Amino acid sequence: MASAPGRSRPVGAAWLVVAAVALYVGGLLVVPLLALTRAVLADLPGVASALTAADALRALALSVGLAAISLVLNGVAGVTGALVLTRQRFLGRRLLDALVDLPLAVSPVMTGLAFLLLFGRNGLLGPVLQSLGVKIAFALPGLVIATVFVTLPFMLRELALVLEELGTSEEDAASTLGASAWQTFWLVTLPNLREGLTLGATLTVARALGEFGAVLVLGGAITGRTDTATTFIHNAMEERHTTSAYGMALVLAAAAAALLLLLQRRSQMPGVK
Amino acid sequence: MGIRVQNLVKNFGPNRVVDDVSFEVRPGELVALLGPSGGGKSTVLRIIAGLEQADGGEVWLDGRRVDAVHARERQVGFVFQHYALFRHMTVAGNVAFGLRVQGATAQDQTARVKHLLGLMGLAGLEDRLPAQLSGGQRQRVALARALAPAPKLLLLDEPFGAVDAKVREELRRWLRKLHDEVHTTSIFVTHDQEEAFAVSDRVMVIRQGRLEQAGAPMEILDHPATEFVARFVGEVNVFDATMHAGTARVAGVTFPPCEGAEGVDGTPVRVIVRAYDLKFWKDDAGVARVDRVLPIGDRVRVEATLDDGAPLFAQFPRRSSLLTGIHAGTRIAVEVTHARAWPIEGASHAGAPIATTSEVRSAAPR
Repeated sequence: MASAPGRSRPVGAAWLVVAAVALYVGGLLVVPLLALTRAVLADLPGVASALTAADALRALALSVGLAAISLVLNGVAGVTGALVLTRQRFLGRRLLDALVDLPLAVSPVMTGLAFLLLFGRNGLLGPVLQSLGVKIAFALPGLVIATVFVTLPFMLRELALVLEELGTSEEDAASTLGASAWQTFWLVTLPNLREGLTLGATLTVARALGEFGAVLVLGGAITGRTDTATTFIHNAMEERHTTSAYGMALVLAAAAAALLLLLQRRSQMPGVK
Repeated sequence: MGIRVQNLVKNFGPNRVVDDVSFEVRPGELVALLGPSGGGKSTVLRIIAGLEQADGGEVWLDGRRVDAVHARERQVGFVFQHYALFRHMTVAGNVAFGLRVQGATAQDQTARVKHLLGLMGLAGLEDRLPAQLSGGQRQRVALARALAPAPKLLLLDEPFGAVDAKVREELRRWLRKLHDEVHTTSIFVTHDQEEAFAVSDRVMVIRQGRLEQAGAPMEILDHPATEFVARFVGEVNVFDATMHAGTARVAGVTFPPCEGAEGVDGTPVRVIVRAYDLKFWKDDAGVARVDRVLPIGDRVRVEATLDDGAPLFAQFPRRSSLLTGIHAGTRIAVEVTHARAWPIEGASHAGAPIATTSEVRSAAPR
């Protein structure tokens, strides 16, 4: 829409900037994706059979399952955490506020390693876990921990931002009208978080599907057991099964693109700010 | 219900925003808390509602001390400054909220919502979202929502602050009418003196967390207890003078015996004269010169300069005979019909910054 308010046709030097952005997006995003698509199309039957192989399907299912579990855990932890960070005043709140973003700053590989030192056989908690008969490292719980750790900041930050913006006046209004804390949460606070939750959920799923370093180190990428879509690609490349790798990579790329499109459409819906 | 507030104190960090405030509101009264922005009025209101915890003092509602009672159990309706409507709920949903959380049946909710929306002139807007309403409509939805659970006390925080002047005027009259119908004890906060006088039975002037004066509008206007109150509730001329036998002279203008300075002799005082307590007439031998004559709606504002250079202004009804022959450049005689004076207490009172929405003129060098 050329006539959209705040948008204009680029003039002069603005053209250069537009061209640079187009080149950047094209060069770094579109071209590699096209190359990937081309590689897949070159051997479509091969890719199809590689992707329908039991190990590939299991890896994909594990990734989707991990994303779903992370989504639920992040939803609960994100809302609780954001409420604590924005609505409570306590000693060390600022420190906690800063630490929330830590997972975004550190390398996922380091994260995985740190968890391994905690939960691994020779880890700090190793003896305890062993005596309880709980297996975390190189098992599903480890994958869940790694994924949630890496994705929680997206959800939490987003929700905290929304809560901060909302302020407490609607919650105050609910109190004066006789609502209990619980009623206020369910009827006022949570519905107001809907948009933030949608965005946080999208980012969580996208990040969970794409997580590699932490799940590789803490999960071990054991084929058929802790092999996720991303580690599947890694293993396939190692073993020179390029068709499997390309196919899985394209599936992940398509999933990410679909998620973003979904988000874009939602934000354009009337009634959604 | 009746309200008693006693020795209320509230600090925000190092700032004391409510400083030993005590007052009573009788059942059925409509009272205004008037004062400059940031003076602690809203905080007093929030403490009464239970949204804020006082650092000291007591709040009694209907003879019951409520300091430890949660906001949801105080049965106090609150209208927030920026409405605070539930943005994801329809108008009907907003108004029904209080009844809903208190477990009223669906039929009761519907009936009450219908009644209130009718009363508020909002019928037909049930299914709108707050974002689809005008400012005045939102304000009325907020009021309907607060009234729905039949609160014993209604608190309004700058209720008309966020709507434009014309709507504000309408809402004021309408709030007064509503109060005369439902008789819910009400307190509203405002920084607008006109609003306070137009709507309330009684006005309490609050400044820097302290209650300066409480009384009927007429009492506050005609017998301000402090210089601050006098200057805050309307446009005034301010003169520094020395009293002699109950009167004072400044730049050729003689003041009548000043209320508040009876029996004061030889003491420096600050004299305050309201814009409508002056008379001007054309006199070539006069003591001042007219600078401007500004018609402002139903009144005319005349700005002049005294011969000693100090500015002076007055307001007259539009067709007043006092305006005959008064134009820019006219020399005039000045008569002060009513004045109030306060002794200047060192520098503390005189130098205190006075924030006001009305204009304050000083006619004498400090």
